[in-house]
Amino acid sequence: MQTTIANLKKGEKAIIKDFDVEAIPLKLLEMGCLPGNTVELLQIAPFGDPLYLDINGSHLAIRIETACQIQVDIIDPKTKQK
Amino acid sequence: MSKETINVALIGNPNVGKTSVFNQLTGLNQQVGNYPGITVEKKLGFCKLSNNVKANVLDFPGTYSLNASSVDENVVIELLLNKNHSLYPDVVLLVAEVENLKRNLLLFTQIKDLGIPTILVINMIDRMKYKGISLDIPYLEKELKTKIALVSSRKGLGFDALKELITQYESLPTEPCLNASSIDEVYFNNLRKTFPNQSLYKLWLVITQDVNFVGLNRKVLENNSFIKTDSELKRLQQKETIKRYQFINDTLKIGLKINSETARDFRSKLDRVLTHKIWGYLIFFFILFGIFQSIFEWSKIPMDYIDQTFATLSSLANENLPPGMFTNLIAQGIIPGIGGILIFIPQITFLFLFISILEESGYMSRVVFLMDKIMRNFGLSGKSIVPLISGTACAIPAIMATRNIENWKERLITILVTPFTTCSARLPVYAIIIGLVIPDQRIFGFINMQGLTLMLLYLIGFGMAIFSAFVLNKVLKLKCKTFFVVEMPNYKLPMFKNVAINVIEKTKAFVFGAGKIILAISVVLWFLASNGPSKNFNDSESILLSKTENKRLSKIELKNKVASYKLEHSYIGIMGKTIEPAISPLGYDWKIGVAIISSFAAREVFVGTLATIYSVGGSENDETIKDKMRAEINPETGEKIFNFASGISLLLFYAFAMQCASTLAITKKETNSWKWPLGQLIFMSSFAYIVALIAYQILK
Repeated sequence: MQTTIANLKKGEKAIIKDFDVEAIPLKLLEMGCLPGNTVELLQIAPFGDPLYLDINGSHLAIRIETACQIQVDIIDPKTKQK
Repeated sequence: MSKETINVALIGNPNVGKTSVFNQLTGLNQQVGNYPGITVEKKLGFCKLSNNVKANVLDFPGTYSLNASSVDENVVIELLLNKNHSLYPDVVLLVAEVENLKRNLLLFTQIKDLGIPTILVINMIDRMKYKGISLDIPYLEKELKTKIALVSSRKGLGFDALKELITQYESLPTEPCLNASSIDEVYFNNLRKTFPNQSLYKLWLVITQDVNFVGLNRKVLENNSFIKTDSELKRLQQKETIKRYQFINDTLKIGLKINSETARDFRSKLDRVLTHKIWGYLIFFFILFGIFQSIFEWSKIPMDYIDQTFATLSSLANENLPPGMFTNLIAQGIIPGIGGILIFIPQITFLFLFISILEESGYMSRVVFLMDKIMRNFGLSGKSIVPLISGTACAIPAIMATRNIENWKERLITILVTPFTTCSARLPVYAIIIGLVIPDQRIFGFINMQGLTLMLLYLIGFGMAIFSAFVLNKVLKLKCKTFFVVEMPNYKLPMFKNVAINVIEKTKAFVFGAGKIILAISVVLWFLASNGPSKNFNDSESILLSKTENKRLSKIELKNKVASYKLEHSYIGIMGKTIEPAISPLGYDWKIGVAIISSFAAREVFVGTLATIYSVGGSENDETIKDKMRAEINPETGEKIFNFASGISLLLFYAFAMQCASTLAITKKETNSWKWPLGQLIFMSSFAYIVALIAYQILK
């Protein structure tokens, strides 16, 4: 199974890999949600949804149903420290 | 030198302090209106740039890009595409913010493509040091092909330099900063060949969205051999966005340096508490509770004062002006009418004050985040919270605020249920009735019972809104794509100037908007109450005197009796009497009936109507309206008209009934159909009648 933003744990960072353009509103792209940019999960709302993200320096919240459309590569904190 | 006036447009993302920049430039020299035909707020201000140059400053609605997704954003594009518009800008000030420069620049590169002289205004520079940010201005100016003004709207820094830059707008470069058409050379070359006289970027905007472009029909654009499907266009838009971000990222890599990430601590700490699964909700609840308690407590004294002042004024007018029609009109029609408007001011001011503080501080977005999952159970969105809370001021701006809800079904439901929230027009009705039937006592020494009742009424309004949303969600069968994106802005201390201007504007709009109706209705009511059709009205004194039991009355008692007899047989008395059978099971007499009829188009007229009716009927004018209402007695039962049962029944009736012509009009406008406003009217009003009936029958 592909890793998506919905799989991130709180505080985890990842790089956006790919997504289906049809499933993502243009507004989200314009706010910086584009392949190659970093995303960090900052907070999860009570009841697990929506997610509060830092995407490419923009702070925004999206619902799980959108988040699980966006595939990411998690940045391993160990490799980052090297 | 010649004097000239130039058009300056303020454009920028939401939450960059664009309005503060506007306020700094124009001070109180602003006009708020609407764009013709649509209900998007249009803010125009005036500013003196130098001795010879003045500027019209137009504050556009906040937008993330030129790819419009709402009516508000459409306004921006349509004006920018129309060179013949009287407000077409000579120069655009693109307001950006230090911390979100990357995202703000996306819109900047789009505006640059339109070929309008553009100044990049970077706001909140006072935070740069604290955030460890440094900017290479000469490099950025060269790469972005613009002039940059660094300002702090909070500290008022940099505005003289900005004004200086604006006056030199003619020397600004107008070429775009990147070549966006390289995303599909073939397609754009074809476009260029077919429409050699048009700007390529303008063509692209018209093709990808539903906007009007003067001198060019959309149909013409679609009738060509190289047309693309919607999905191909969306892919191209994505490519375009990526292309623009590449340019921005490359530019900022050199032009912007961030040294530390320490500054995020405050934001994330506050987020952790405010969106916490227990603390978050508790804090939200206490904020609401505090707001409603203080609205009632703080506005009590000024309201009583206004009430008292107008009662005195009315009696002064009566004593000092020569008796006659004209004096009656002033003392019994106009003065109580104006009093009925002014008495709103304290509560409305406090309400707008709290709402604008919540929005300015950035807290409102956290509430959206906190409530989204819960609200979705009822077919609403977290974003419905904003309309539901601002609905406590007025349903009209609240319904307009639903525009940023992306999902049509969630938006429709929000529009339909918003009028259940307790708007400020209900407040004076509640205030006067609560004052009459709920004792002014405290529970546990600090909770005011009247304030508590008010809070309960707000909760009932919310509860009913949520419950109807739940029902509508089950009943309405609509399939919609759901999108939800909400920006979480940084926390900011609300700026006094912004809040103050906002509160003044909103209160003014409300008082003058509603005020005209209330005053007009008061005068009409006065006329209807002091004239009557039949012989009964004109000969009331002799009719009463002919009855034996009246012969022994003193002069004053007789005068009172004549006055109330006259009122009963006036036009208005007849109207009230006609509907009395329908409303007496709810505990109302014909006078309340008149007030309900007259407040059918606008509920705030209720208090003004009662004021007029009791002024006409009563003998002494220096009694306050509240005193007169308290003294009112049902002639059949001998009980007070405004007792606990009828009071509660009235409160509930006003809580649920749809008595606002303006709300119906805005629902029609936003849903584009008469079906929804009619449904609101019928459902809400009949529900109100039934609930009020049940309440009175149980309590009496």
